Order: sequence, then C-alpha cells, then structure tokens
Amino acid sequence: MTDRLSEVFAALADPTRRAILARLTEGEASVNELAAPFPVSLQAISKHLKVLERAGLIVRGRDAQWRPCRLDPEPLREVATWMEQYRRFWDERYATLDTYLRDLQAPEKETDR
Amino acid sequence: MTEQLTVDQISDTEIVMTRVVDAPRDLVWACHTQEQHLRRWWGRGNPLDVEIDFRVGGKYRFVEHADDGNAYAFRGEYLEIEAPARLVQTFEFEGMPGHVATDSLVLTEENGRTTVTTTSRFTSKDDLDGMVGSGMADGAQRSYVALDALLRELTA
Repeated sequence: MTDRLSEVFAALADPTRRAILARLTEGEASVNELAAPFPVSLQAISKHLKVLERAGLIVRGRDAQWRPCRLDPEPLREVATWMEQYRRFWDERYATLDTYLRDLQAPEKETDR
Repeated sequence: MTEQLTVDQISDTEIVMTRVVDAPRDLVWACHTQEQHLRRWWGRGNPLDVEIDFRVGGKYRFVEHADDGNAYAFRGEYLEIEAPARLVQTFEFEGMPGHVATDSLVLTEENGRTTVTTTSRFTSKDDLDGMVGSGMADGAQRSYVALDALLRELTA
C-alpha cells in the first residue's frame, strides 16, 4: 500500500491528467466529454484514464456503453497529507531560524538579565 | 511575522520548497552549514546533536531530542558546495533507513533578504515514503486544508 503514494504522485505529474481530474471535480463525465478539450486522440485520453484508475484517483462505471468516470478524492487526500507533513517538517525549522536570526542580527542590547 | 513556506510537486519524484528568510545570504548560508548555527535552529528549539564535516564527500548527522522523549536522527553527505549560493546534499531519516533524498538548495539575495529554494529529488518513487516516515512525528491527520489547496491548484 505504501506504493500507492508514489503511484498517485506519478499520476499527478502530468498536466493533462491534472486537467482531467480538475474537470471531474465538477462531476462525472464520459471519456468523450473528457477528451473534448484536448488536442489528443481518444486513445491517448484512455491511456491517461488507465493511469488515473490504477492510482485509485478515478472510478469507472460498469455500463459498457457509457463508462462514466468519477473522481475519488481519497488518494489526493493522502498526497495532501504527505505534502502537509513535509511542509510542516521544514516550516517549524525555518520558523525557529527566523527567531534565531532576529536575535543574531538585533543591535547589541544592554541587558544584564 | 512568519514567511510563507510553499511546497509544490514538480515531477513524479521531485518536490520544490521555497522560503524567504529575513537575513543576508552569507548569514543564511552560514546557518545551513556551520555547527554553531545549525544547533540553534535545526532542532525546532529542541536540543540537537550536530556532527558535521562540511566539505564535498563529508557527512553530517543531526539528532533531535524531541519533547515527546524520542530522538530523531537524520544524516547525509555533501555532494556539491558553491558557497554561498548552492548546496547539494543527501538527506535520510534514520527511522526509515535506505530512503535517501537528494536536496539541492539555491540561495538568492534581494534587498538584504534571502530566498532558499530547495528541490528534493527522491531516487525512487518509494523514497517518497521514506520522507513520510520523517514528517511523521506529528501523526498523520488528514488535512482537508491541504486537499483544498491541491484541488485549487488542479482547477487553476
């Protein structure tokens, strides 16, 4: 399961796939509807959808004729959590650096406390 | 006033972090590369053991003694040094050994303030998980704020 994060990162690394996900935040859509805005073949879009499906980011309907795609936000949430942890890890350190540098650069104060 | 720290994914194995620091570049460089400075901030205010051999091929090891009673150890090696502008080092959390990231830091100065841009490259996609192990002291709570931000970026 730890592999899923990597898979999601890889899926999100492509701008077309990000655009597809963005479209799906508005609601489910068919492959044709998803392909419409892009100057690429349906085949290429299908490939992108397979990557997104493998990463667990979209769910395809069962109906063979019309397999609508739906966004599953759960893996996005995992990535967001990971990013947030990474961000916090460094944010806390740099906040401490700010304080340290303020003290370091403060004009010499005459305190004998 | 605390500066915004931003993190963005730029490829399937790289993320980039930017942070502005209110100090000239030489000083910010010193803070990232000298024991007496590192000791004062890298541990987030917690006691920090610092072993550092600052030269290309040299190694470092930081051990943070957190107030939860645990010690968190990090280590790495200096790969490239171009004072005071660029530093490339590996980064590994000893709690999840073998997951090594390569961090490239670029420091630029403007009006006496310094921007630190750090690109973290994970040698394999699995190594992302190694980093997960190190953020990890705080427990993974689901962050809807972060999700919103991500979705905003997706819909931008």
